[in-house]
Amino acid sequence: MLKKRILTAVALLVLLLFLIYADHFLDIYVVRILNVCAIYAILGLSMNLVNGFTGLFSLGHAGFMAVGAYTTALLTMPEATKQQIFYMAPLIKPLDTLTLPFPLALVLGGILAAFAGYLIGAPALRLKGDYLAIATLGFGEIIRVIFTNTQSLTNGALGLKGIPAITNLYWSFGTGLVTLVILLSLINSSYGRALKAIREDEIAAESMGINLAKHKSLSFVVGAFFAGIGGGLLGNLLGTIDPKMFTFIFTYNILLIIVLGGMGSFTGTIISAFIFTIANEVLRFLDERIDLGFVAFDGKVGLRAVVFSALLMLVVIFYRHGLMGTNEFSWDGFLKHPWWKKWLPRPKRPLPGGGSNS
Amino acid sequence: MTFDIFLQHLTNGISLGSLYALIAIGYTMVYGILRLINFAHGDIFMMATYFGFFGVMTFGIPWYIVFPLVLVLTALLGMGVEATAYRPLRDAPKISILISAIGASFLLENLTTVLFGGVPKPFPTPEVFTDVVQVGTVSIQKLTFYIPVVTGICLAGLLYLINRTKTGMAMRAVSRDHETARVMGVNVDRTISLTFGIGSLLAAVGGIMWGMKFPQIAPLMGVMPGLKCFIAAVIGGIGNIGGAVVGGFILGIGEIMLVAFLPTLTGYRDAFAFVLLIVILLYKPTGIMGEKIAEKV
Repeated sequence: MLKKRILTAVALLVLLLFLIYADHFLDIYVVRILNVCAIYAILGLSMNLVNGFTGLFSLGHAGFMAVGAYTTALLTMPEATKQQIFYMAPLIKPLDTLTLPFPLALVLGGILAAFAGYLIGAPALRLKGDYLAIATLGFGEIIRVIFTNTQSLTNGALGLKGIPAITNLYWSFGTGLVTLVILLSLINSSYGRALKAIREDEIAAESMGINLAKHKSLSFVVGAFFAGIGGGLLGNLLGTIDPKMFTFIFTYNILLIIVLGGMGSFTGTIISAFIFTIANEVLRFLDERIDLGFVAFDGKVGLRAVVFSALLMLVVIFYRHGLMGTNEFSWDGFLKHPWWKKWLPRPKRPLPGGGSNS
Repeated sequence: MTFDIFLQHLTNGISLGSLYALIAIGYTMVYGILRLINFAHGDIFMMATYFGFFGVMTFGIPWYIVFPLVLVLTALLGMGVEATAYRPLRDAPKISILISAIGASFLLENLTTVLFGGVPKPFPTPEVFTDVVQVGTVSIQKLTFYIPVVTGICLAGLLYLINRTKTGMAMRAVSRDHETARVMGVNVDRTISLTFGIGSLLAAVGGIMWGMKFPQIAPLMGVMPGLKCFIAAVIGGIGNIGGAVVGGFILGIGEIMLVAFLPTLTGYRDAFAFVLLIVILLYKPTGIMGEKIAEKV
C-alpha cells in the first residue's frame, strides 16, 4: 500500500516537472496541443462515465460543452471586450459588467451544464437505447440552435471573441487530474457499482433494488458537469467560440476517443485522448500537399476526417474492446506483468452497453 | 393571413411532409428488421443527389435515363454499407453497431467532401418540374404536386411488396425473429440486404425530389433531413410504415406552419422536430401508431 502511494507520488511529481519543463521550454504550438490533449481527456472521461460505465448511449455532449464554454467565457471576459463584440445587440444585465475569477467561472459553467443535463436527463432518461441516443442528440442540437438565436446573451452566430486565454498547462492538467480522481472515487463507490449493474442489465439491476432513475440522472448530471468544465477550459484556451463549433461532429470526436480507448476504462480514455489529439496534428499533412521529390500528391482538405471515420469503423468492427476494454491501470498490474499485456484485446469480455435489453 | 396564403403554406407543408415520409420509410424498414438506427441513411440520401448531379452535369445524360440509374446505384450503395458496416457486427452488442453506423455516416460525408469538394453544387432540375401553375390566386410549382403523387406510388408499391409477395413475407418474418426465420428457411442475410436496398432506393427517390425542391447539394445536406426523418419515423411509431408516413406529414406540415404563423421563431425551425420528438416520446414512448413492446428479461 505504502509502495503504491510512493509510486503515485513519484508519478505526480514527474508529471509536475514535465509540465514546468513544457511550460518554459517547449514550443507554444506543442504546449497548445498538450492543453487540448488534457481537455479532450476530461471530455472523454465525462462521456465515458455516461456511455461506458452506465451504458446510456448519450450523444448530447457538445451541447453541455457549449453551455460550459459560453458561461465561463462570458464570466471571464472583461467589460470592454464585451461592449466591443456585442454590437448587434447589447449583452443583458448583469452579465455586461460582471467579471469573475477563472476558477469560479469554470465551476459555474460546470454547474450550469449540469443543470442543463438535469433538465434534459429528467425526461430523456426514461428512454432507452437508440431513442435515448436520438433524444440527447436532439437536445444537443437544440442548445446549439438556442445559442445561435439568442443574440443578446451569446452574440448569436457571430460567437465570442477575445476571451481571455487563461487556460494553461497547469489549469488543464490540474483539472484533468481532479476530474479523474472524482470520477474514479465515484466509480469505486457503491454508486459506481450500481452504474455498472445498470450497464450490464437494467432490468436485473432494477429488480436488485437499484433506483434506475436516480442513478442514471446522477451519472448524466456528473457527466454534463465535467463536459461543461471541459468546454470552459477549451473556450478560454482558444480565445474564440461560436455555435458552429459545438455540432454533432464534436460529440463524434469524443465518441471516437472513448471507443478507441475502451468503453468502460478511464485509463483507456486518457491514453486515446492523447493519441487522438496528437494523431490529429501529425496527420495534418494529409490535408496538405505531399511532395516526395519524384512524385507529389495534392493533399485534400478533409482527408484526415476520412481517415478518422474509417478508423472508428475499423476499431469497432475488428478491435471492439478498444485499447483497454474495461481494464484500468494499476500499479500491481504494472509491476507484476509487462505493462503492454494489458493493451492486447481480450475477446471474451462483454462490451458495456450490451446485455439482453438490446 | 388570408386563406390563399394558408393554402400555399399547406401545399408546401404537404410536399415537404411527403418527402420526409419517403425518407422516414427507409429508416422504419431498417429499424423494423434490425432494431437499429441507420445513421448513414441521410448520407445515402445525399449520395443519391450527387449521383444525379454527375449523371446529368458531368456525363450529360438526359435526366429520364439518369434518375432510374440513380435509384439502382443508391440501392447498391445502401447494400454495400450494410455489408461493410453492419453485417460484421450482426451479433455484437447494440452500442457497437450504433457506433459503426455513425462511423459509416461520417465516412460517407467526409469522402464526399474530399472527392467532390465542400462547395454546394446546383442540382440539375429538369424544367418540366419547375413550371409554375396558377390555382386561383395561388401560384404553385408543379413539383409540389408531383412529390406527394410519387410518394403515394412508392408507398403503394412498398405495401404491395411487403404484404403480398414472398420476399415481403420473408422480411416480416426476419423482423419478428432472425433465428426462427432462419430455421424456417429464410435467407436472413439476403433479406436484410434487400431491405437496405429498398430503403436506400426510397431515399434516392426522396433525394432526387429534394434536390429539385431545394436545388443545392452539399456533402452535409443529408444530416438534418436524416435526423428529422428518423424523428418522423419515431413519432409515427418506428417499424410501422403507416406511422412513418403520418410522422413525416406531421413534421413537414408542422415545420412549415411554425415558420408561417410565428415568423419570429424561424431560427428555431430545426429545433421544432426535436421538441416534438421529446413531447411525443414522453406521452407515447412507442410513437403514435407503435405497438407496446414488452420488455424481455
